[in-house]
Amino acid sequence: MAVKVNVEHVDFWYGDLHALKDLTFDVPEKSITALIGPSGCGKTTFLKLMNRMNDFIPGTRATGKLIYHDRNIISYDVDVVELRMKIGMVFQKPNPFPKSVYENVIYGPKRHGVKRKADLDLLVEKSLRQASLWDEAKDILNRSAMTLSGGQQQRLCIARCLAMEPDVLLMDEPTSALDPTSTQFIEDLLVRLKEDYTILIVTHNMQQAARISEKTAFFLLGEVIEFGDTREIFLNAKNPTTERYISGRFG
Amino acid sequence: MPRTGEITFRKRSANGTRIQETLIRWVLLACASISVLTTIAVVGTLFEESFAFFRVVPLSEFLFGTQWTPTLLPRHFGILPLLAGTLMIALTSSLIAIPFGLGSAVYLSEYAPRKVRRVLKPILEILAGIPSIVFGFFALTFITPILQRLIPSTQVFNALSAGLAVGIMIIPLVASISEDAMAAVPDSMRKGAFALGATRMEVTTGIVIPAAISGIGASFILAVSRAIGETMIVAIAAGQSPVLTGNPLNSIQTMTGFMVNLSLGDIQQGTIEYKTVFAVGSMLFLMTFAMNLMARLTIRRYKEARK
Ligand SMILES: Nc1ncnc2c1ncn2[C@@H]1O[C@H](COP(=O)(O)OP(=O)(O)OP(=O)(O)O)[C@@H](O)[C@H]1O
Ligand SMILES: [Mg+2]
Repeated sequence: MAVKVNVEHVDFWYGDLHALKDLTFDVPEKSITALIGPSGCGKTTFLKLMNRMNDFIPGTRATGKLIYHDRNIISYDVDVVELRMKIGMVFQKPNPFPKSVYENVIYGPKRHGVKRKADLDLLVEKSLRQASLWDEAKDILNRSAMTLSGGQQQRLCIARCLAMEPDVLLMDEPTSALDPTSTQFIEDLLVRLKEDYTILIVTHNMQQAARISEKTAFFLLGEVIEFGDTREIFLNAKNPTTERYISGRFG
Repeated sequence: MPRTGEITFRKRSANGTRIQETLIRWVLLACASISVLTTIAVVGTLFEESFAFFRVVPLSEFLFGTQWTPTLLPRHFGILPLLAGTLMIALTSSLIAIPFGLGSAVYLSEYAPRKVRRVLKPILEILAGIPSIVFGFFALTFITPILQRLIPSTQVFNALSAGLAVGIMIIPLVASISEDAMAAVPDSMRKGAFALGATRMEVTTGIVIPAAISGIGASFILAVSRAIGETMIVAIAAGQSPVLTGNPLNSIQTMTGFMVNLSLGDIQQGTIEYKTVFAVGSMLFLMTFAMNLMARLTIRRYKEARK
């Protein structure tokens, strides 16, 4: 598998808090990489570093290399607007805009040049179908997204992200607010999407990681304790802590 | 000394507590009543004297007449010149206060680093506390001379200078209310837009302002109503000429300007001049009341839309 992102000796600080410590691993393209680990170990921090969403937090600092298409994502001269169009993100908590369902989906594409109504209509249907929201949403496209249920909102945020047709998808526990059926749909979706996309997904659901991912990174206290093939890690982890965490005997 | 974990309750008679609570309730109600009763009394007087006025002057003359000479013979009671003066002040001041107020709000809420914001916001609020008479003299002694240098035909007392000063005075009002509305937009929405590759300006115009639009709209309405009611600045700087003019460089008179002017002279209770003040006051009251009602309605609609 070709490599999409090289993570080389990445360190990250929130002020004095050393949140990521010397991360080094390769994210393969057109595949799913699962980020697992206990709460507060730096998974979201790492994800947000990938599309520079940490820039908004004052007092943060990053060193090392995150090589993506021969550029270091961490360096100052990266055009973050362009970067974020290529590297899309679905947040841990659903955050739809207080606009209609339709406008939520077309927010990104419209900003970047898709103007024709017919194109936008197609894009809306396609994205909502991918996020398995179309059947529920097709009759309420003009309703405010704020009136959707939490799970529907999260699928809308996924659709909104897919409408940008990004290159890399960052997903922070995308299914933690979803019912089993939608979760199943989203998992199926991710498996289909990895034909074209590179996906990084944070999950607390070990079965989910095992089911859909090729690679797994186990985070612990800001370090990646173990990185490798998901099968390998789940069947015989080299590190005993990883093994304990995966089998639910952690802590 | 009580041991830890042991709490002692003061014994109270259930009856005593009830009497105390009832007493407190009545005292508080009395406090709240004072402002309500005063309002009713003021509005009552206003309307009573106005009715007396309209027994002498026909409503149609008052509303549609173009001459205002209530103290000179022959008397004319057409309010249009005063209304035009008031609207001219409201318009010029809005043209200043709305863009600058909204600009300040956007800067404070979306662009300013936290430290800058912490310093600027209180300064803005201090500005809101400057007495309007200060702005009146500022208009007369600072703005007017500048206008006269730029455009020599400018009169000493003129609508533009007063309007600009009113506008500057209400910038903080617009800025503060709009900023509150924008700051109330959850940060997660901004982050969602940023993550889709939006620029800060796009996030501001496409997400934050629409989400806060009712609060922003309410601030505009309140600003205009404040400008309509402003008295001191116009009394000092706008002049005392109740004539219909479209030229903001001329001396004008506003409704409030007329009222303060007449009240300063000694007018006899019961005379037509006396009643005129109340008729104009009623008109002013109805206008600002309507504006405030509109502001309230937009805020309510905004709260409902957010549910
Ligand atoms: N904005 C911030 N400012 C300061 N510290 C932060 C900030 N965000 C996160 N942290 C700290 O960084 C560490 C890693 O947080 P992070 O959100 O990456 O954890 P996580 O692995 O995503 O946890 P969870 O599984 O609970 O979502 C935590 O100790 C957290 O307290
Ligand atoms: Mg997290």
